[in-house]
Amino acid sequence: MRGLPFLAAARLLGALGGMVAAGHAPAAELPEDRADLMYHRYDGGGVEAHGPALLVRKSLLNKVSLSALYYADIVSNASIDVVTTASPYDETRNEFGFAVDYAVRDAMITFAASRSDEPDYIADSFSLDVAQEVFTGMTTVSLGYTYGSDDVGKRDIGFFDQAKHSRYRLGLTQILTPTWLASANFEIVSDDGFLGSPYRSARVFGAAVPERVPRTRTSRAVKGRVIGEIAPALALRGEYRYFWDTWDITAHTFDLGLSRRFGEKWLIDAYARAYRQDGALFYADNATSETLYVTRNRQLSTYNSVALGARATYTWMQVPGKYEIRLHGALERTNTDFSDFTDVRTGSLYSSDATVLQLFVSADF
Amino acid sequence: MKSVMPFRAGIALLATAAALVLGGCAMPQPWVKPYERERLADPVMQFQRDALSAKHFEHVREVREGSRGATGVQGGGCGCN
Amino acid sequence: MTSIARLLQTARLLALAALAVAGAAASAAITPSAGAPDFTLPSLGGSNLRLQEQRGQVVMVNFWATWCGPCRVEMPHLSRLYDKYRGSGFVVFAVNIDEDPRKAASVAAQLGMRFPVLLDTDKKVSRMYDLSTMPSTILIDRDGRVRYVHQGYRSGYEDTYDKQIRELLRE
Repeated sequence: MRGLPFLAAARLLGALGGMVAAGHAPAAELPEDRADLMYHRYDGGGVEAHGPALLVRKSLLNKVSLSALYYADIVSNASIDVVTTASPYDETRNEFGFAVDYAVRDAMITFAASRSDEPDYIADSFSLDVAQEVFTGMTTVSLGYTYGSDDVGKRDIGFFDQAKHSRYRLGLTQILTPTWLASANFEIVSDDGFLGSPYRSARVFGAAVPERVPRTRTSRAVKGRVIGEIAPALALRGEYRYFWDTWDITAHTFDLGLSRRFGEKWLIDAYARAYRQDGALFYADNATSETLYVTRNRQLSTYNSVALGARATYTWMQVPGKYEIRLHGALERTNTDFSDFTDVRTGSLYSSDATVLQLFVSADF
Repeated sequence: MKSVMPFRAGIALLATAAALVLGGCAMPQPWVKPYERERLADPVMQFQRDALSAKHFEHVREVREGSRGATGVQGGGCGCN
Repeated sequence: MTSIARLLQTARLLALAALAVAGAAASAAITPSAGAPDFTLPSLGGSNLRLQEQRGQVVMVNFWATWCGPCRVEMPHLSRLYDKYRGSGFVVFAVNIDEDPRKAASVAAQLGMRFPVLLDTDKKVSRMYDLSTMPSTILIDRDGRVRYVHQGYRSGYEDTYDKQIRELLRE
C-alpha cells in the first residue's frame, strides 16, 4: 500500500521523460573515470573512528560506468554512554560497495549494492536511481529507491534480530540562470525491526533499564538548496532541510558555503552548518513514569549543533585530456549542546565537540 | 493520513507537470541555452565535487544525528550502529 | 505484496520509465535540406572565415566548448576524419563558444586540432543555429544545404560521420 504512490510516480516519470525527450536527443554524460584514496578520521565525544577509504570508477564502452568502494572504520569507543554504563571497546567496520551507472539517451540509471560488516552488525543495501534530463538539460528529475536489510547482534550472544529499511527519494535540479542553480530533494525512510541498540540503557526513576524502542519508524525530509556564482570563480551555496518522523523528532538543518578558485591550481571551500533537533516523544534523560517506549539515546534528544568546515583542493599534476591528480584536505569542527541529556559524572547538561578530518588524493583519467 | 500528505503532494506535482506536457501546453522555452552554461560547468558551482568525501560526511552525520535523508548524496548511511 | 515483490515491481517500472525515454525519437534544431545559415567568424589562425566560401566542399560544422566533456572526447575523431577526407574536398569548421578565446586556443593546441577553429564568443552563430545540445555537429553538402544534424556525442557517432561524409563527397 505504501509503495503505490511511488510506483505511480515512476509511471508518470516514464511518461514525462518520453514526451519531453521526443523533442530532443541529448545524451546523459557518464561520470568521469576516477580513483580516490582517502584517510578519514572522526574524533568526538570520546569516540574515535578512523581508517582508509578507496573509490574507483571506470567506464566501459562509453555506455556504462562501474564503481567499487572500500571503506574501513577502526573504532575506539569511549563515549559517555559507554564509559558510564559499560567499558570502552575497539572494533573494525568494513564496508564494500559496487555500483553500475548506465546511460540511456538523456537518462542515467544507477544500480548500487553495498555491505557493511562489523562484529555485531551486518547491513546490506541495494539501491536503484533514475535521473532524467528534461528541457534540454535545464531540469533533471531523479527518482530513487533503496532497500536495506540488517542483521543485528550483540557481542556476547551473537546475531539475534533483524532490521529492514526502505528509502524513497525524489529530486529535482533546475537551472535558474546562467549562474544560478537550485535543487529540491524529498526522501521518505521507513524502518522495521530492531531499531535500538542492545548495549544502550535508559534511565527510569534513576535506575538503568534496557532501552525500549519502537519496532517501526517512518521519517520524511525535504531539502531545498541553491548555488550561484556571485563573483568570477566565487560561488555561494545555501541549503535548508526540514525533517520529521513518527517518533516525533523534528530537525532543521541550515548550510551556508563559499567556494573559490584561486589561480589554476587551488580551490578552497568554507562552510557553516547549523543543526537543531527536537527529541523523540519517548526520549527521557531520567524518566519519571513507566512508558511503553523509553530511550536515553542522546542522538534522539533535543539539541543543537554548529559546525564550521573548510576544504582545500590542490591540482598537483595535470596532462589535459589524459589525467589530473588532485590533493585534498578537509576539516570540520562541530560543537553540540544537549538540552535534556546530562553527564551523570557531573550532573550538568552534556556538551561535546567533534572533529572530522579527511586527507585524500584523487585522480581523473 | 497526515503523514502521507507531503508525498501525495509530490506526486500531484509530477502529475501536473505530466499533464502539461501531455496536453501539449506551451512549455516555456529553455531560457538558458546549452551554449550559455559555461559558468555552471565550473567546479565551484557543483553541489558535490567529491563523492567519497561527501559519502563520509553523510555517514558521520547519519550516525551522530537523529535525522536522515533528502541530502542529495548517493548512498548515504549504512544503518550500522 | 511482500517487500521483495514490491521491490521487483518498482525496479521493473523504473526500467520501463528509462526505456520510454530511449524509445523517443530525436528531432533536429536545424531542419535538414534547408540552406545552412551563412556566417563569418574570426579564426584562431587570425583570418576571418566565411561558410559560404566553402561551397563546393563538404563542410562539417562542429560547435564545441572547452567546458564540455563530450566535445573534448569527440575532437580526436574529428581530427582523424579531417586528415582522412581533406584531400577529397572536406573541411571541418570547429566553432568554439567559450567566453575566453585563450582557453579555446590552449585546448585546441592540446588536442592537436589541425582544422580551422572559429570563435563565436558572443554566441551569435549559436543562436542563429538554435543549438539545443553541446556538442552539435552539422554536415553541409557541396551546395550549402544542411544534410545531417547530430546532437550530442556518444561513442560510435564517428562511424556515422564517416559514412555520411563519404556519401556527401560522392555527390
